[in-house]
Parts: sequence; C-alpha cells; structure tokens
Amino acid sequence: MRFLPQTEAEIAQMLQTVGAASMEDLIAHIPAELRQKAALKLAPGLSEAQVTAQLQALAALNPGAGQFRSFLGGGYYRHYIPAAVRAIISRAEFATSYTPYQPEASQGTLQAIFEFQTLITQLTGLEVANASMYDGASAAAEAVLMARRAAPRKDVVALSRALWPDYRLAIRTYLSAQPQIKIVEIPFDPQSGAIDLERLRAAANDRLLCTVAGYPNMFGVVEPLEAISEIAHRAGAWSISATAEPLALGLLKAPGEVGADIAVGEGQSFGLPVEYGGPGVGFFAARLTHLRQMPGRLVGQTRDRQGRRAFCLTIATREQHIRRERATSNICTNHSLCALAVAVYLSLLGAQGLRELAERNVEIAHYAAERLAAVGVGRRFAGPFFNEFVVEVGDVPKALRAAEGRGLLAGVALGRDYRELQRGLLICATETNQPADIDLLCETLREVA
Amino acid sequence: MARADRTKPIEMEVHEQHQAQGQARIEQSLVPLIFEESVAGRRGVDLPARGFPSRPAVELIGADLCRKNLRGLPELSEPQVMRHFLRLSHLNFAQALQFYPLGSCTMKYNPVLNDECAAMPGFADLHPHTPDHLAQGALELMARLEQALAEVSGMDAVSLHPAAGAQGELAGLLIIRAWHHKQGRPRTKVIIPDTAHGTNPASSTLAGFEAVVARSGKRGYLEAAEIRRLMSDDVAALMVTNPSTLGIFEPQICEIADVLHQHGAMLYVDGANFNALLGVAKFGDMGADVVHFNLHKTFSTPHGGGGPGAGPIGVKRHLEPFLPVPRVVKDGGGWRLDSDRPDSIGKLRSFHGNFAMLVRAYAYILALGADGLAQVSRRAILGANYIRARLREHFPTATDEPVLHECVLTHDLEEKGVSTLDIAKRLLDFGIHPPTIYFPLVVHGAIMVEPTETETKQTLDEFVAAMEHIYNEAQTNPQLLKDAPHTLALSRVDEAQAARHPVLRWQPKD
Repeated sequence: MRFLPQTEAEIAQMLQTVGAASMEDLIAHIPAELRQKAALKLAPGLSEAQVTAQLQALAALNPGAGQFRSFLGGGYYRHYIPAAVRAIISRAEFATSYTPYQPEASQGTLQAIFEFQTLITQLTGLEVANASMYDGASAAAEAVLMARRAAPRKDVVALSRALWPDYRLAIRTYLSAQPQIKIVEIPFDPQSGAIDLERLRAAANDRLLCTVAGYPNMFGVVEPLEAISEIAHRAGAWSISATAEPLALGLLKAPGEVGADIAVGEGQSFGLPVEYGGPGVGFFAARLTHLRQMPGRLVGQTRDRQGRRAFCLTIATREQHIRRERATSNICTNHSLCALAVAVYLSLLGAQGLRELAERNVEIAHYAAERLAAVGVGRRFAGPFFNEFVVEVGDVPKALRAAEGRGLLAGVALGRDYRELQRGLLICATETNQPADIDLLCETLREVA
Repeated sequence: MARADRTKPIEMEVHEQHQAQGQARIEQSLVPLIFEESVAGRRGVDLPARGFPSRPAVELIGADLCRKNLRGLPELSEPQVMRHFLRLSHLNFAQALQFYPLGSCTMKYNPVLNDECAAMPGFADLHPHTPDHLAQGALELMARLEQALAEVSGMDAVSLHPAAGAQGELAGLLIIRAWHHKQGRPRTKVIIPDTAHGTNPASSTLAGFEAVVARSGKRGYLEAAEIRRLMSDDVAALMVTNPSTLGIFEPQICEIADVLHQHGAMLYVDGANFNALLGVAKFGDMGADVVHFNLHKTFSTPHGGGGPGAGPIGVKRHLEPFLPVPRVVKDGGGWRLDSDRPDSIGKLRSFHGNFAMLVRAYAYILALGADGLAQVSRRAILGANYIRARLREHFPTATDEPVLHECVLTHDLEEKGVSTLDIAKRLLDFGIHPPTIYFPLVVHGAIMVEPTETETKQTLDEFVAAMEHIYNEAQTNPQLLKDAPHTLALSRVDEAQAARHPVLRWQPKD
C-alpha cells in the first residue's frame, strides 16, 4: 500500500503508546451493530500500472475526445492552452495547499487570487471581484440571490430565454426554496436572436428585482446589454450579465461599462480543458457599494509587522464560517486552482494577446458562417455574434450523424432545450479550428441541408 | 520558508532575522504584482498566421459593441510569467511539502498518478456536449464511481453533480425539502448541532429552512434526548457530521435516526469526516437518508488552494427520484445521460459534475481497493489517537471520549498571555502547517488536529516535539510566540487592517 507509510513495527509501537491492543480496539466503541463485519464489495487494490491501464481503457472509450474535428460550444469552449498554464497549476505548492487561512504560509495562493480578482475587474469593468465561484451557472444563481439581499421586497427575476439552459436551471434550483420570487423568461426576438426588448420593457415594473442576460448569449449573439441595463435601472432593478465565453470580454465593451451591476461568468476558456464539463471556474464582479452583500471569498491587501505588503482573506464576516445561518452564501471551497489557471493564462496573453485572440475568434466564426451561407446553410439569427452562431438545417439528427461519419462534431442541437428551434444547430468556431475543418463542415451540411 | 536548521536556537535565528530587517524594509513586497512587472509591448503567446480571408473583427461585430482598450491587463513574455508564478509558489505551505494537519480538511497525500489520469486526452479533451455514444468511457467511469461511493457509504443511489461539499449540502437539503413537499407536508426547520461546520446552517438557510441549534451533551456528542426535545412536525431533518468535528463517533446516531423517522423527518449525514469510516461503518446503516461526500477530503483529489473539489451526494431509495439531473443510466444502447426526471430538484451548476475530480477519485479507489480503504481509516484513526496520547499532558483533548481520525486539543497557555493563534503561528517556524484553530466553536481555543493516514510516525513525532517545545517556550518566553512567525518570508500579517481598509484589487497609479 504505497500511500500508507506506517510499518507493522511502527503500528505496534503506536498502538502501545495509545494503550490499545489492536487497530480494532480503536473502533471498538462504535456500536457493534454499525461496525462493519464484511469487507467492502470493491475489487482488491491495484498497482500504479494496473490503475493506469484501467483508466486508459476507459479513456479509449471516449472517441468524442480528440478523434473528431469539433465545432462544439454552447457554454464550454475549445481553446489552445499554453504549456505554462499546465506547468504552473500542476505545481504541488499550489495544488496541494488549502484555503489560505494562514496568510504567512499562503502568500503564493493569496497573491495569485488578488491578481485574479484584479484581472476580473479589468475584464468586467466593475470594481470588486471575488476569489471565484464553482462555475458560471452557480455564479449566476448567486448573483440573483445577492440582488435579492439588496432589495428583499422586489420579487420578479427576468431571465433571458437565450440564457444557457443550465444557467436558467441553476438559478431556478437555487431559488426553489424562495417560492415568493417569481421567475419570468423573456423570449428572444426571432429575427435577431437577442432578448425581445419590448417584452422586457413590459415586464419591468417596480417589482422587478433583476434581469439576467447572456453576454454573448446561448446563440452566440451579443445581447444589447446597455439597453437591457437601462430598462432594468429605470425599474429600479439590477442588471446582471452572464458570460460563458469570457474571451468575448477581450473585445466587447465591459459589462460594467454598459450598465451591468453584477457580471458573472465561466472562466473555463481561459486555460482550462473542457474535461467533460468540469471543473471550470465561476467569476463574480460587482460594484464596491454592494461589497457587503457579495458571496464567496475575498482577498485583500495589507501589511506584515515589518510593513511589507501582504495579502489575506478578508471581509469574512459575510461568510458561512463566521456568520453561519446568516451568511451571504454557503460557499466555502471555491475553484482556486482554476482561478490560478485563469490568472496565468491572462498574464501570458496580456492586453494585446487577449484582444488579438478575441478578434481571431470573431474572424474564424464569421468566415465559417459566410462559407456555410454560401452553400445554402444560412444563419438563423441576424444579431451580431462572437464565435458561435445558429444555422438551420432540415434534419438536425441526420446532419449530426452525417458529420460524425466524416469525423466531425458539427455542433449542438438546440431542439431539446428550445422547442421552437427544432432545426437549429449551434456551431462554434475558435482558433483551434482550421479552414480545412470548415471546408468539410460546409460540404457535409450542404449535402444534408 | 521553514526553518532550515532546527538545531540552531530559535533566539539566534530571531536575532539574525532582526539584523536582516533593515534590508526587508527596503523590499516593499516579496514578489511584485504581475501588473507591476508589466512592460507595454511584451507578450507571452503568439498566434499562428490567420490562414483565411477576413475583414477586421471590429467591422464584423460592429465598432459600437467593442471596447476601446483593456487598460491595466499585464504585458509580459513567457519567461517572466513563469518566474512570477514560480516565485509565488515558493511562498506557499502545501501538503506535498509540509505536515498539514488541518482538522476536518483531510489533507492527505494526493497521488500524482491521479492527475495524469485526469489529463489523459480521452478525458481532458472530452467536450460536455459530446454525444453519449462517443463518451461511453466517461459515463461508465461515472457509473462505477457512483457504485463505489454507494458501497462504501451504504446508500442506494449517488449523484456526482455537486461541485463541492457545500453545494452537495444544498442539493441534499433541497431533496429533503422536495420530498416533504411531495408528501404534502412542507416543513420549515433543520436541526444542526453546535459542533457543525458553518456551511450546514448556511446551506439550510439557502434551502429555505430555519436552522435550530442542538446542544452537544456533556460528553461532547449529540444525545437522543436533545433531539426529542427539539422534535416537532416542523422539523424536516437533522444535519449531523459523523464523526463529529470533535472526532467523536456519534454513539446515539441510530436512536436519533429512529426519533427522526418516527416524526417523519430525515437524517442528513455530512460526510466531511468520512475518512474515519471507510470499511468501518456505513452511513446507510446508521439510518441516513442523505449524505454528501467531499472527494477532495476522503478521496484524495488535490485541494488546490481552496478548490476545485467535488461534493457527490448519496440517498436512500425513496429519495432517488429527487436527485439532480442528468443521471447516468444504462439501457440497450449503452450508457446515457438522462434528464427526464420530473421530481428532480434540477441542476445547481452546468453539465455533469466536476468530472476531472471524479476521474481522480475513481483512480484513488481503484488503487486502494476494499482492503486499502479499510486500512486508510484505521491508520488515520491510529494517527489521531497517537497524537492525542503523546500530547495528553500539555494539550489534553476537549473531552475524554474515544476519538477517531481527528482530535481537538486544548491548552492552558492563555494564563501566560499566549493564544491559540500564537501557537499556530509559532508552528509555522517548525515547518508545520497549523491545525484548524478556534473550531469547533464549542471548545474554547480549540486546536483541531487531523494527521491523516499518509504521514509517517516520524512526522507525527516531530509535530509532538514541536508542540511540546512551544509549550515550554510559552513558559519562559511567551513574547516569542506572540511575535511568531520568525522564519518565514513574512512576519505576522495584519488581518484587521485588511478588513478595515479593503484593498481588493490593484489599480494603475495615474
């Protein structure tokens, strides 16, 4: 048992010190009817080589990874990950430490999180960002809860229907214990694919607590966040933006610049593999005036006794370990190591690299859309888009099967989550897609369209 | 960072430290912020040539939607970024480097093979929207992990959906809430012992319950009489950690479960301390209706400086319909994700769980197997009992009850003006990460030690020696403790100032 260092002789010595005759003595006080008599029904332990072989065998049953040219997006995005990101986050000094309760022994983690917080405020154009959340969907749910804490008498939450289905579901689940809050879904404009502003206006009265809109949204369309925020603010409500593709913030106006009061999102694009959907990392930014209502950990700057700059967890009186049932959230562990990956990734790209990469994504996606249009596979929506877009094909399952036959994962079928989009296929193109992939996609979809 | 030479009298090191302080004052910070190292025009990533015709992106998307700049984002080349973050890494204590007996956090060794497994391209490059038939290996892994967790805990069904323990708590409580609703008898209260982690009451509030505190009995454990006293038709559940945060197995747990069930309430067991019970006792046998697991504690996934973890939940059969979606199911066509569950509480996060953490936990279970897991808990228990026995004189445990995988120590050093915090800071000078302190709240000045099964006897002996040494220092030179740490890159950090004048981001000077 390679992880268990104590030898038989040491165990005997330790038992003697404890005053126990055997290991079983140590658990003899557990009621007999609960003490396990039979061995666990699990296989015997395996050597490292055997574990590797078993895991490799399972990994080989996932041809969807690597063996296909992929246009999948819809909340998680395929981007190149620089080797430096992996090198840093696999450092045991970062990976095997825990929540930095002892700042003197955790400055590495603390400073990296402080840098992450700063980067998120820069991207979102807001004043304060927390140390991370689990993911974009749960961050969106926490944002709605925060809005509610700030305005406990307002009870209507307006979700854009073009917000990712998982985000809407997570918000509904987090709010399910507060049935007094009414959730309304604002339809999308069938032409543009962006939120129907007229319908939002109609829903915006003094009961409106907040709006939540994707920026860009599930269809890749850039929502008119400024107009949404204006409508929300006129009703005395908060505007919450949610971003699953944060690379877009390298090019688009910052949410804070166009009126968002809270900007949340998913940071996976910034240096994390798709990993079948997790772990990613949620980001959460807000205005400084709402600091005390924020969920999650915050790292702040301070000094040590010699006056040197230092960092520590702070404003913890909002949190569960101090405030218990009156805490702003139940979150404890967040996704620190993933936040570190984001900090490394953004430091590598820098202002210039981030902008260029965002532009490249816009360009390749538009190139794909134009090429598809040229073969008769047109875009479903006319709104401005970032790196994904919806096309219409006659028979989506058939198109996907045909594409698989040619080694392509052509996109995400929208019909399951949007009954009105049975013919909708969401196609995402990033810098990882080559023009030749797009040629093949065009050929395939032309044939089945 | 840690004391290089522990044979040197600490006073001498302190003296040298004072001499070095002249230099330290000049050095404003240990490592400059990445933003301070930025020089406009540098970059750490090169894009390949475009390779296809395009108009400029700003034209394509519309200039009115685009930002003017990314003010403040750092600009560095790859070597500078590497050096920056590697220098930061050197400022951390970590389980791989130090003894890290943080109570109730289970800082055990994280097998490095597990990281390699998670990084296999067949897992790491699998997009969550991949059709089920092209992800059979991932789905099978999830199903096998669910089965293994069900077996070790004695529960009937497991969901791997929650991202962390606290999210598992929320999921579990929402399931209990949904169950009571389905019975047509909504309930309003959840009983939580005074020894509980803060997440328990916080999750209860989030799940719409009022948290009612149950007092531990004189001997440190929860008594059935107290639950009877608090019991009413409004009580939805009791949420209890077993073993408790005092490291004590709850001896009346079965009787308590009976009381709850007689009143139509549920037993929720928080699995934070499950490392004590692998192959020892099962939550299912104790009458638990819902449990959560912390894969980053019991099942060795790295703690990551505060996540990512994973918080699967297990339930008894009657609660299975309420589990989050999607569920992993098998039918004629193989494994698939099933979201068609009308009674499900829904989702709390995107997609299917923190999959890369699930891979690691599964690899861990494979490596240890049935016997190995049973040894894990026994050796974890032995370690805690050994520390307790060796430190009995100066750091007696809070109660006399037998302890399992962790022990909560107390001390009488406050009469010397030395606080638990001072002891913790002084431990850093010995290259030891302090235990959890001031928790559980029911023990004054608590020092909660969880050594885990992966530490050697020598390491435990060193910890004991350090604690004894500190105890003696407190008698002769308490100021030494109050000024600790002395040998780290930083001296004691002023946490009060951080809260009084929040500086939560770097800003350009101009």
